[in-house]
Amino acid sequence: MKRVAFKPDWLARAGWLLLVAYVVYAVGRLDFSVERFVTGIDNGARFLGRMLPPRIAQPDSLVSGLLESLQIAVLASFAGIVLSLPIGLLAARNLMPAWASWPARAVIAAARSFHPVIVAIIFVKAVGFGALAGIGALVVASIGFIGKLFAEAIEEISLKQVEAVRATGAGFLNVLAYGVMPQVFGRFIGFATYQLDSNLRNSTMVGIVGAGGIGGTLFSAFQRFDYDFVAAILLCIIAMIMVGELLATWVRKVFVDHGRVDEE
Amino acid sequence: MTATGSDQAALSVRGLVKEYVRGKRVLDGLTLDFGGTGLTAVIGASGTGKSTLLRCVNRLVEPTAGQIVFGGRDIVPLSGRALREARREIGMVFQEYNLVERLSVMENLLSGRLGYMPSLQAWLRRFPAADIERAFQLLDHVGLAAQANQRADALSGGQRQRVGIARALMQSPRLLLADEPTSSLDPRTAVEIMELMHALGREHRIPVIVNMHDVELARRFADRIVGLSGGAVVFDGTADALDDDALQRIYGGTSWMQ
Repeated sequence: MKRVAFKPDWLARAGWLLLVAYVVYAVGRLDFSVERFVTGIDNGARFLGRMLPPRIAQPDSLVSGLLESLQIAVLASFAGIVLSLPIGLLAARNLMPAWASWPARAVIAAARSFHPVIVAIIFVKAVGFGALAGIGALVVASIGFIGKLFAEAIEEISLKQVEAVRATGAGFLNVLAYGVMPQVFGRFIGFATYQLDSNLRNSTMVGIVGAGGIGGTLFSAFQRFDYDFVAAILLCIIAMIMVGELLATWVRKVFVDHGRVDEE
Repeated sequence: MTATGSDQAALSVRGLVKEYVRGKRVLDGLTLDFGGTGLTAVIGASGTGKSTLLRCVNRLVEPTAGQIVFGGRDIVPLSGRALREARREIGMVFQEYNLVERLSVMENLLSGRLGYMPSLQAWLRRFPAADIERAFQLLDHVGLAAQANQRADALSGGQRQRVGIARALMQSPRLLLADEPTSSLDPRTAVEIMELMHALGREHRIPVIVNMHDVELARRFADRIVGLSGGAVVFDGTADALDDDALQRIYGGTSWMQ
């Protein structure tokens, strides 16, 4: 009998086959044709043409929209990070008993299940139009994202280091400060700056459903066919995101310079 | 009793039983007394409960039954603050050093004081000046003063174990436990670490209990050797008394003894 080094996995093969079959079927349903493509290019070109040159039609609403987006992003990140620290810690199954980790994991899963825009709609219904709804939506998104990653980071730490700190007679909070936090702090900074970045982008979008920020201005410019103003708004958003990214890089660097963070 | 020093036992283990799985005894009613000073080596094959014994003593592992009398009282029923207060008087040195790798050497040393520190002060890293002074003295003593601000993961194995020992001594312990402290080290460093533990145990006049696999090293440094097999004591005596017969009782078989 011939010996094989790798056993064929028929289940996996069947899975791949199913995936290929579905992709073929889905492409067939798309109703894609060269004609539509050519008209599309034509429309796109006309659209781009009307965007140029960008024109700041309403400087007041542009500036106030951008500032509001920035506020939404910063406040939502701050509140989201502060809230997700304890939730993430509670969700870590290696440090917490099941009765604590399951509810915390349920909160995280609920926070993750909807797109921020859907959550924003709910908040608009609850607290009315404006920045408060946007902040609420992005706080939920931040808890879902950071809470989950933070819990996973804690679950990957070395328990030997924790055991050694426990052996000194340290209480739970001191074990957290000296045995757990040093192991996850660098990664936590990474998650937090990434979430700030992500919230900046999302804060420009929740306005579309009335939850405050530049998104509202952008959406109404679209509806009025003010494509040159749309272009100006988009350029401003790009500039804001880039500044945010620089800020995030700088925050990471500060902590790297302090020798606390390993970039992984 | 072969341990030197005072007659009163610093640590007394009585009828200690540990079952990780119900009905499977890793420690089978162990009874041992440890005097006020001296280095005791605990030897035995892997899986005979050496680590479990040490971890029961500082309650990192919960004993199933039995008593552990330390400082005049049984510490098995303790919990919460009382347990932590007993634990902070027991220093522990680990096989893989178990330093918090991303903290500096100094922070690792000072973490030996965490059992004495309120949380807020610990979070703010406000250690009493006396603790910091003591940490520098210990670093001088183990020859790592220049590395105080390096991160623990930048050190070599021997250096890390010196930090591990210094951290344990920062606790001002009345008992020092070491779980195979030399098993991850080269032979020369292993001897140096044993010399250091032996000397520090004398200097601070505290008993030292060391789990080890290296019988020669045990003979060389231990005032007393305890042999475990199947979770029970099968040898208890001085290095001189540890003959081939005793080794056979501890490890079984003879072919490995050439």
